[in-house]
Amino acid sequence: MKFTVSEIRSLLAGDKQADRVVPPSGFTAQLTLFAAGVMAFLAVFALALSLASGRLAARWGDELARTSTIRIVAPVGERAIQTDAALRVLETTAGVETARALTDAEQQALLSPWFGSGIDLHSLPVPRLIEVVENPSGFDAEGLRLRLAAEVPAAFLDDHTRWRAPLVQAANRLRFLGWVAILLIGAAVGAMVTLAANAALAANAQVVAVLRLVGATDRYIAEAFIRRFTIRAFIGATVGMILGMLAVLLLPSASDDAGFLTGLGFQGVGWLAPLLIPVMAGGVALIATRIASRKALEALS
Amino acid sequence: MIELENVAYSYGGGELLSDISIKLTPGSFYFLTGPSGAGKTTLLKLCYGALLPTAGQVRVMGNDVRNLDRDGVAMMRRNVGVVHQDVKFLDHLPVADNIALPLTVSGRQNEAGGADLGELLAWVGLNHRSAGLPPELSGGERQRAALARAVIMSPDVVLADEPTGNVDWEMSQRLLKLLIELNKMGKTVLIATHDLSLIRAAKSEVQARVLRISNRRLQLAGADL
Repeated sequence: MKFTVSEIRSLLAGDKQADRVVPPSGFTAQLTLFAAGVMAFLAVFALALSLASGRLAARWGDELARTSTIRIVAPVGERAIQTDAALRVLETTAGVETARALTDAEQQALLSPWFGSGIDLHSLPVPRLIEVVENPSGFDAEGLRLRLAAEVPAAFLDDHTRWRAPLVQAANRLRFLGWVAILLIGAAVGAMVTLAANAALAANAQVVAVLRLVGATDRYIAEAFIRRFTIRAFIGATVGMILGMLAVLLLPSASDDAGFLTGLGFQGVGWLAPLLIPVMAGGVALIATRIASRKALEALS
Repeated sequence: MIELENVAYSYGGGELLSDISIKLTPGSFYFLTGPSGAGKTTLLKLCYGALLPTAGQVRVMGNDVRNLDRDGVAMMRRNVGVVHQDVKFLDHLPVADNIALPLTVSGRQNEAGGADLGELLAWVGLNHRSAGLPPELSGGERQRAALARAVIMSPDVVLADEPTGNVDWEMSQRLLKLLIELNKMGKTVLIATHDLSLIRAAKSEVQARVLRISNRRLQLAGADL
């Protein structure tokens, strides 16, 4: 399916006279606008899901991959001693960039979603947590485990691998599904426009006959329909995109406490991505109508 | 111009036209006659590329219609004006726009300035109907609008298929007069009709050749009518 520069130019420039030769098709036009709008609305959410999943996968994959946690599970009286011992071990471990014990406030913040605020950590058997950030060369997790077992028996290393890998995989699959959904939506727009264009061409068989009688080329006739459906799909998708973006704006803002669902939205330049949806809807409509009109005009000859 | 050489046309297993040869010379006036179903409309359709011959050759403006694709046929039709008995218009467009349609589809709409289109509308007596819609026109007005549409591109040839079939005697005379005027402007005119009174009426106005289709073949029925 090739478009010449002159074809695209004439499509964009429009031709008021040519557009008038095809009679207005009221209800079909409204349906095309509505369907394109709904598809664009859904595409905005699919795009938001895909981009958010991508961010999540990147965060879990890259940022968390460089961090580990050491739990100090010891009686309250020994907890500080064991924590200091573990920190000393970490200071001399190759591949560890930084290591620090989380403060009481930070641990309280981590537990507050389950226990509420204002909890007294000293009254609960809560382990002390040490956050370990590795340098680019990384450390030998198994070696560190053995060293901790020997020198700090109350310390347990969790390098996040066990729970991080399936989460990253799930986030990547969500991102993939988001793109698949966008592709399916695009295909549905193409199918819908093809059906509408076929119906319009069939309903206007007499118009086509008259136009041919007076010397209209297939390209002229097709362009009148192509322009109409492309513009309809573009306008419908623009309205749907605006409504979709408003709906995304109304979602609760992202926060560390609320997790993934509240992060379902756009960030930074990501807000510009939905602007491509009407353009793509117009492009899909243009190609679909061109194929449909070529076949229909062939059949009407 | 238009030239048919040993043309035959078959449809549904039966031959409708056989061994037709004719060359329309510039500035001539022809009547094509014959009983209903003789193949007059088929012959006209062969002349403007709506049908392709099953044998023989049809050349329009030097081009063999067999070698033309659909767009080629469309371009060729810009040089051949056609008037049908059951003329079709775009009913959602005003009469003036329908008449200007050949200019519109060929991208020459600016050439039909108000004055030119106005003159054409006045010539066919439809000035007062220019803003109306085709369904509002009477049978005679539709035929005159079709004639105006057929000649707006200033074609060299005008083909009319039973142009007076749906109108009364007075209107048929008016249409005939317009077609004769076209011929006097140098256009080649071919009218397919089964109405012999129309041919007789033209006798005093124009030198016409009468072609008759009989038994699938074309015969010269008379000259210098």
